[in-house]
Amino acid sequence: MTTTTGPHPTRRLILQGAVSVALIGLGNLPFAPALAAANDKYPDEAFKLKNEAEAIKALYGKTPEPSDKIKLDAPEIAENGAVVPVSVTTTLDKVTSISFFVAENPNALAASYRFPDGAIPAVANRLKMAKTSSVTAIVEADGKLYSATKDVKVTVGGCGG
Amino acid sequence: MASSIRVRATSKDDITEVQTLIQHPMDTGLVKDAKGETIPAHYIQELKFECNGKEVFVANWGTAVAKDPYVKFSFKGAKKGDDLKISWTDNKGTSDETTAKIA
Repeated sequence: MTTTTGPHPTRRLILQGAVSVALIGLGNLPFAPALAAANDKYPDEAFKLKNEAEAIKALYGKTPEPSDKIKLDAPEIAENGAVVPVSVTTTLDKVTSISFFVAENPNALAASYRFPDGAIPAVANRLKMAKTSSVTAIVEADGKLYSATKDVKVTVGGCGG
Repeated sequence: MASSIRVRATSKDDITEVQTLIQHPMDTGLVKDAKGETIPAHYIQELKFECNGKEVFVANWGTAVAKDPYVKFSFKGAKKGDDLKISWTDNKGTSDETTAKIA
C-alpha cells in the first residue's frame, strides 16, 4: 500500500523512472513506480488511502508546493456536508490534472480530473465532507505539483444542533 | 428510460462550457439504512467527455463526490453543432452514455 521506495534505489527502479520520464516527459521522479497511477487508469489505490499526503503521493508520486496561482473556491461554512460546492481555477500553464482532497474524510482523495490538450484548467464540482476539514486542490502543471488549501467548517445537523 | 445524464454545452469564442448533472446515488458504503444494514458502496468511478473522437476531459471519482454529481468545465477547439459524447462507469460495472450537441 505504501509508496515508499527503499533507501538504495535499485537498478530496476532507476529504469522504471527513466521509462516514466520518457513516456510522459516529466522531470525528476522520486517515486517512479507509483507514477503509473497518475495516468490513464482509474487510480484505485489512491482512492483507498486514508491519509491525504499518502494519497497525493500515490496519485502523483510527488510532493506539491503551495502556489498562489491557484484559486480554490469553497464555502467557509458548509451547512450540509453532503453537498459542498468546490471549484478551482488556475493561471498556471500546461495543466494536465486537477485533484481534490478532503483531509478528514474516510478516504482523502475525493476526485481527480484529467485535462488533455485544449481543456481550460478550471473545474467545479460538489463534494461530500464528513466533518470540518481542510480541502486541498492539487494542480499538476508542466510536470510539477502545486497546491492550494482552504478550511471548510461543516455544521453537522443543519439547524445549529 | 431517460438518460441519467443531463448536459448543457455552450460554445462562445472558441471556448465550450460544459455543465453536467448525473443521477446517481453515489453511496459511500459507510452509511446504514433504516434497518441498520450497511448500504454497499455504489459510485461512479470514471466519467469521460469526448468531442469529435478526442477525449477532452476525464473525471476519476471516489465516494466523496456528492450524490447526483455535478461538474462544470470548459475546453477549446469545438464549434457549435459538434457532438459531445459523455459516458460514465460505476464500481458495479454499470454504465451510461449520451451525446449532446454543442449549442
